[in-house]
Amino acid sequence: MSLRVFSKCILNVTPKPFSRSFTINLSEEHLILQKTCRSFAETELKPVASQFDKEQKFPVEQIKKMGELGLLSVNVPERWGGSGQDRLALAVGVEEIARGCGGTGAIMSIHNTLYVNLVERCGTDKQKEQFLKPFTCGILGSFALSEPDAGSDVGSISTTATLDGDSYILNGTKSWVTNGLEAKGAVVFATVDKTLKHKGITGFLVPIPSPGLILGQNEDKLGIRASSTCTFTLEDLRIPKENVLGEVGGGFKMAMIQLDEARVGIAAQALGIAQAALETAVAYAAQRKTFGQTINQYQAVKLKIANMALHLESARLLVWRAAVLCDKSDRTSKQSSMAKLAASEASAYITHSAIQILGGMGYVSNMPAERHYRDARITEIYGGISDIQRLIIGEAIIEEYRQ
Amino acid sequence: MARVLVGVKRVIDYAVKIRVKPDKKGVVTDGVKHSMNPFDEIAVEEAVRMKEKKLVSEIIAVSCGPVQSQEVIRTALAMGVDKGIHVEVSGPEYETLQPIHVSKILAKIAQNEKVDLVIVGKQAIDDDSNQTAQMTAAVLDWPQATFASKIEKGDKELTVTREVDGGLETIKCKIPAVISADLRLNEPRYATLPNIMKAKKKPITKVTPKDLGVDISPRIEILSVEDPPVRQAGVILPDVDALVTKLKEGGHVP
Repeated sequence: MSLRVFSKCILNVTPKPFSRSFTINLSEEHLILQKTCRSFAETELKPVASQFDKEQKFPVEQIKKMGELGLLSVNVPERWGGSGQDRLALAVGVEEIARGCGGTGAIMSIHNTLYVNLVERCGTDKQKEQFLKPFTCGILGSFALSEPDAGSDVGSISTTATLDGDSYILNGTKSWVTNGLEAKGAVVFATVDKTLKHKGITGFLVPIPSPGLILGQNEDKLGIRASSTCTFTLEDLRIPKENVLGEVGGGFKMAMIQLDEARVGIAAQALGIAQAALETAVAYAAQRKTFGQTINQYQAVKLKIANMALHLESARLLVWRAAVLCDKSDRTSKQSSMAKLAASEASAYITHSAIQILGGMGYVSNMPAERHYRDARITEIYGGISDIQRLIIGEAIIEEYRQ
Repeated sequence: MARVLVGVKRVIDYAVKIRVKPDKKGVVTDGVKHSMNPFDEIAVEEAVRMKEKKLVSEIIAVSCGPVQSQEVIRTALAMGVDKGIHVEVSGPEYETLQPIHVSKILAKIAQNEKVDLVIVGKQAIDDDSNQTAQMTAAVLDWPQATFASKIEKGDKELTVTREVDGGLETIKCKIPAVISADLRLNEPRYATLPNIMKAKKKPITKVTPKDLGVDISPRIEILSVEDPPVRQAGVILPDVDALVTKLKEGGHVP
């Protein structure tokens, strides 16, 4: 076969997604945003992060200030009171905030990607007036999808929504709702017809408080303790028909698309925590002396630091790529999943290694390394466990080659 | 309504550990984090607050320095300033740029732009000169209110509370005037995201000192830059007599 014919074959076979398409440099606006968020995190979050973690205290004042800065509606268009920035800006901002406090980073990431962006994408103008506009400057919303018997298996959620005249009556339990205790609104997913399986799932906009919506206790979490996580119990919760978000039966697809975005946010949060851990470890290694020299002179430590930095910077490139693609494409499942998988596993590796470099000091709460380790752990779980991410990526690639 | 000129300087960030260059001619600036001089942030914040109170119609930020100085102008724009002017000075000329030059530049721009107030930080954290405000006022022959910790703007005059060694001094001066901002004047805001986006559309004009007719030839020569001497340990003495003896021995007391 001639070279020309051979090359043509290859070109026809190589799927489009493999072509490179991004720059690694942040624009001037993104740099100013990064600087601002970093400044805010260092002044307002870093000094109190440990206290929030120990006391499981919600950062009321800080969230209020973040609302005023526009950090709680980064992608929402200005018409609805948002900041109108792109998703790369959100990723950069979340990373800087998470670097100051992992829990606050989680609050910001989930409120942006799983509440306001969802309402902005799928809501009617009337719904946006009630459920988007007031939520852009400091008031939080939440996303209630998982249930005690349905986490990864979203399709089998069993919270029911029964049509009764002009409203739906919702019954069931939603678990692991982030910001659940502070939210004034939520997107709650229920099925209008279990026999339709995932095609019955519908999203509902629920104002909080609502009669019939009972909030559970704040879960006693391993990490990100500044953010609240609770159960929603729905007992004959009456929701007007106008509050259906998107289409009846379209909730599953709506949630899956939104989760692509959420994964970028969670990945950015993981990056921030990992960055903080890396900095702690490197600073410590420059001061701590054993056998007469600082430990950063030992190969063992240099190699660890190199690995940590490699994982962090590779993950960051994946996260930025996914963030940029989120603005351009309809579906970014493969790239978002790769970003979340890489960043969450990087943060686990980096925070683990950071404790190792700090030795005994890494094990006690005097140094933040143990908190970073605990904060990072959740990123491999929520937004879709790592195993699910791997399935998504594998299946996406197999599908690309089939075409 | 008044028009305000704010001077902003790009300096090494306050949190950075300063290192002297091996050739002892300066400090290391390559790859080092730089930010807006903190006192200039306070100056910008004051101007923006005046604009919000409708006392001021337009704010112009000016920075003298290399191309990177545009970063601090952008930050000022993101805080609420309307437009920026970058006076380009780079290389060896920048190393020997002094308040005497900057004050002439600011004065010229103030006249060109027909401003009523010039607000600058009281001093830059790299050279600690505390001269620019005073010299600018002298060049313009305007009154000066330095170390301002409170400013009340009337129609034709300012009432300024100044932080001086003896305490607080309140003065009245006519407008136009030059003000230098002190630490307790206000707490600068973080730039909000929408404002960071809006800043992109605000103009920054570039000029050179030559365009302004200002001569920036060096008036100083940097001989050497060295670390301060390492602090010696102190001595704890048992009583006052021993102290007096030690002071006399050291020649500190006749």
